Amino acid sequence: MTPEEILQGLYDRTLEGNGPAVLELTHEALGMQMQPGSLLFDALIPALEEVGARFERGDFFVPEMLIAGRAMAGSMEVLRPLLADTGVETIGKFVMGTVKGDVHDIGKNLVNIMLEGAGFEVIDLGVQVAPEKFVAAIEEHQPDIVGFSAFLTTTMPMFKANMNALEKAGLRDKVIVMVGGAPVTQEYADVVGADGYAADASQTVKRAKALLHERRAKVLA
Amino acid sequence: MGAAPVRETRLRSATKEVVLASNRPFCIIGERINPTGRKVFQAQLRAGDYSAIEKDVLAQVAGGADVLDVNMGVPLTDEPELLVRAIGIVQSLTDLPVCIDSSVVEALEAGLAAYKGRALVNSCTAEDDRLAAVLPLVKKYDAAIIALPNDHDEIPMESGKRIELTEKIVRVATEEYGIAIEDIVIDPLAMPIGADPTVGVAALETIRAIHERWGLNMTCGASNVSFGMPGRHAINAAWLPLAMGVGMTSAIMDARTPQVVEAVRAADLLLGHDEWGGAWISAFRRRQAAEAALAQAAEAAQAALAT
Repeated sequence: MTPEEILQGLYDRTLEGNGPAVLELTHEALGMQMQPGSLLFDALIPALEEVGARFERGDFFVPEMLIAGRAMAGSMEVLRPLLADTGVETIGKFVMGTVKGDVHDIGKNLVNIMLEGAGFEVIDLGVQVAPEKFVAAIEEHQPDIVGFSAFLTTTMPMFKANMNALEKAGLRDKVIVMVGGAPVTQEYADVVGADGYAADASQTVKRAKALLHERRAKVLA
Repeated sequence: MGAAPVRETRLRSATKEVVLASNRPFCIIGERINPTGRKVFQAQLRAGDYSAIEKDVLAQVAGGADVLDVNMGVPLTDEPELLVRAIGIVQSLTDLPVCIDSSVVEALEAGLAAYKGRALVNSCTAEDDRLAAVLPLVKKYDAAIIALPNDHDEIPMESGKRIELTEKIVRVATEEYGIAIEDIVIDPLAMPIGADPTVGVAALETIRAIHERWGLNMTCGASNVSFGMPGRHAINAAWLPLAMGVGMTSAIMDARTPQVVEAVRAADLLLGHDEWGGAWISAFRRRQAAEAALAQAAEAAQAALAT
């Protein structure tokens, strides 16, 4: 196989969610001395972008998104240490968690898949994440963005509690805050003072990239 | 182990009684009186416009709902006040019993106090603090309760853990709060099949085990299982009869979807809960009459145009 065929194969098999084939192609590519960064940026990320686009159009469904994400994750396990060695950086770091009092995680996990698929490093804190746990994780990982997920109208108020905890810890200006979840609206996100809101997984990626871009432009200015 | 006795959960409005039991027709709890995810409805409620409630109630009743779920979870509003108002409106429009749906304890209490009849409360988890907050209200207002076998840490995926938590709910509700076992309705937590291919079988196992061990009534959000999939009505219409076959006695669902409602009523017939097909045949005749009336009206309109 030529490198072009390998990249095309990786893209197609990832789109199909064929984990074993993606893993095999990854090893084959590395055996041919192809660059890990090329596999990531020229095949895996474009494949997940296409997954997101199809999902948004209603042409792709949740199971297809999940298996595509899983196929990419299998390859990334092999690539991640090599990427670190070759100095390839992720496009940003995202700390994610479902708020305290809430155990729902299906939506959050879909968002994680799409973020990783776009090249973000995602640190998932799981469910029932208390404000102090978000604070500790932000201090430890220094992410670009933190995401709060809530599925219930009764757990949405934890967004505000989390914001207050960030303020108190002096972290509010150091991290972009995004919120989301079934009952959450842009209006509610504005009320709690979040920087961004998105209605679904693929919009989260777009919004996250845009917010990151704005933030970096501001820092440079 | 011998089969558990049939348990009857009795719900009432001021004038009408509806009974959940494993030897009776399935109880359809109409779910649309709920502003979650409906921007226009939320804005209307904030502005004091309750007209959408009336439309939703009439549509659920027309679709064949047996009980109506009322949820007024609009962020940034006074939920107790809104819920009391909505219950008043619903009770002025229909004699169906109500399922009072909120996770805000103050709203549940206000709703229960305002409701005329014997309500179903939706819902309570197996967490200690939730049980301690909600069960006294269920007892005080002589209501029934939907309880979910999940605790503080997670939604357990294995059947065994859900049975364990159901056991805890039954013990705490009956022994500590004096609630009759008949008034406990378990939601066995049917999760989206699109996110995990094993959850359908796990939920069916849980339903069967709860039915055989306690004979408790059970309910579920009918459309949960089909989240993220195309053709959701067909999936829901297959899911409910499967669940009914192992002991599910009710579902919170949109009664405006004939495909799902008819699947449930056909399963009632096949499980022997609609003797001699009386309800099935009556429903057929009602549809037939409606179609005939429609055809006649169309004919009359055409004749009027021709002259």
